[in-house]
Amino acid sequence: MPDAVLTVLIAEDSATDRMLLARIVSKQGHAVLTAENGEQAVALFAEQRPQLVLLDALMPVMDGFEAARQIKALAGEALVPIIFLTSLSEEEALVRCLEAGGDDFLAKPYSPVILAAKIKAMDRLRRLQATVLEQRDQIARHHHHLLNEQRVAKAVFDKVAHAGCLSSPNIRYLQSPYALFNGDLLLAAFTPSGDMHVLLGDFTGHGLPAAVGAMPLAEVFYGMTAKGYGLAETLREMNAKLKRILPVDMFCCALLLNLSFSRRMVEVWNGGMPDGYVLDTDGGEPLPLVSRHLPLGVLAPERFDDSTQVLPLALGQRLFLLSDGVVDTSDDNDQLFGVERLRRVLVANRQPELLFEEVLGALEAFRGCCRDDVSLLEIGIVDPDALSPPPMTYSDSGQCAPLDWSSQFEFRADTLKRFNPLPYLLQLLQEIHGLRTQSGALHSVLNELYSNALEHGVLGLDSALKRDARGFAEYYRQRNERLQALNSGYIRLRLRVEPQGLGGRLIIEVEDSGKGFDVNKVLGRPLVEQGLYGRGLNLIRRLSRHVEWADEGRRVCVEFTWEALA
Amino acid sequence: MSDIHIDRNVLRDLQEVMEEGYVCLLETFLDDSDKRLSQLHEAKSALELGHAAHSFKGSSSNMGALALAALCQQLEARVKQQPLYGIEDLINQIDREYEVVRHLYAEERHRVSIG
Repeated sequence: MPDAVLTVLIAEDSATDRMLLARIVSKQGHAVLTAENGEQAVALFAEQRPQLVLLDALMPVMDGFEAARQIKALAGEALVPIIFLTSLSEEEALVRCLEAGGDDFLAKPYSPVILAAKIKAMDRLRRLQATVLEQRDQIARHHHHLLNEQRVAKAVFDKVAHAGCLSSPNIRYLQSPYALFNGDLLLAAFTPSGDMHVLLGDFTGHGLPAAVGAMPLAEVFYGMTAKGYGLAETLREMNAKLKRILPVDMFCCALLLNLSFSRRMVEVWNGGMPDGYVLDTDGGEPLPLVSRHLPLGVLAPERFDDSTQVLPLALGQRLFLLSDGVVDTSDDNDQLFGVERLRRVLVANRQPELLFEEVLGALEAFRGCCRDDVSLLEIGIVDPDALSPPPMTYSDSGQCAPLDWSSQFEFRADTLKRFNPLPYLLQLLQEIHGLRTQSGALHSVLNELYSNALEHGVLGLDSALKRDARGFAEYYRQRNERLQALNSGYIRLRLRVEPQGLGGRLIIEVEDSGKGFDVNKVLGRPLVEQGLYGRGLNLIRRLSRHVEWADEGRRVCVEFTWEALA
Repeated sequence: MSDIHIDRNVLRDLQEVMEEGYVCLLETFLDDSDKRLSQLHEAKSALELGHAAHSFKGSSSNMGALALAALCQQLEARVKQQPLYGIEDLINQIDREYEVVRHLYAEERHRVSIG
């Protein structure tokens, strides 16, 4: 690199020395400015911004020490090297030069060779500082740019994520504003039948890579929930999609819930998340929702296990979910907060509304400071009437609804084992615009009819099993077992749509291959006794216009009607 | 003989560095030195005296006036020790030494300007 041409300011009160020095410096190829005292030097510096200053220590008007301080202040962050010109020999005076901001000394008599070397060395320092500043600014710009990208990504994602029902009155959650970039994901949405699907997920990694997978996952979650798919189908789709698009070292731990407030039960799938908990009103032992699966995006579709666990719920109970930021918090000695400490906090909790604060407080006391990657979620079990699922939104124009058709399906053992036809049938029925205002009821009733036909009819399960929590679990264990072993039986489903005046009606007929049941006996039981297992039939009666059983309970016929569209 | 007053090597180097500005440098030094001497005589405090001696020492050393620079350094050191008893003697020595070198620099200027 050729020697740089600098502008050098020389401040020296002796005319002889000034003249000599100016000559030496300009002969070395630099531009020279001269001043006779400190005040002139500071003024010239402010005006011309030389890159290097040669400063005599003892000058009239303003001495070199004060001039050095003012020049350094004017220079700001840039390094403007100051070389003191001095024959000062006492240590104290040399120290004063350095304290005033001097970078080096040049002793009299002047040696052109030494001065040239010093100017060169100072120029190197000056450039180094300039490079450091430039890179610092560049890093700051990149950082700013990155933050801006994160803001945009977060804004887009928030639009997607908040399409759901996290704002429901029975949901409370706590998430750091940039949880998305910690890989944490929290989604909730109503199904068409008024159930609620909830997902708490945790992608591997941090930053943008961790956030990237959230978008497709959210799309699948909302799309399939809105169309009435169950957890199993939604999980399969999520797993297959993540497996396809994510690199091998990336996956998503997730806990999914399907909460039915009308049937008071929850279906759980936990793949790699910390235990969630069912909390009782009376502060009893929390019931853990344990991980039984590998995270989403790990297994190939054919090896993926979508089996869920079903638990009964009671009014006032709460589901409590959390991210690994809670249990994996470690203290100064690398000890983990752990499940047991969390359990003690849950048991000790007396005021449900303070639970989050108590958990965070315990973490803070344990670690000495709080972390920003903790997600907490609490869902209260409330009466379905306390919730108001939003009306479905449709993207078609509302014209051309088909009004006069009928269709019949028969689903046999092999199909019943592994296929849920309801989302497809419901898609079809959504084409009838007159029914759209009742779509929640329609979904609920069809769901109920189908699961009655399958569970009590084809599989011959006794609903009386579900009278207590243990029986409830047993019921679903038997359901899975019998479904896997199923090799005969059928469900027939007939849909009939007819015009009626300016409106119309839909008749749904469901018939199964089971033994039937004594309709009058079941419906005649008092509501209290119906308890956990009688809700289905009442739900059907409450939500449809007309319902009728035939063939000793093996066949049921339900009617929905609608008036002329406004 | 003049070499105990002035380092001829320094003068040669100065001429090489200053080129056509050499004469001007010699004149500036003589001018400057007259001012420094007045300052030495008119100083009202030890501090002023010290500053003047310090500056004079600096330019003398740059000009190769070794003996003069050495005397100035003695003076600069001496003013830091009160009382200033006997200091006039040192200033008189500086006067005499300067008188010698002034002639030598004037000769040098003459030598160079007639080339």
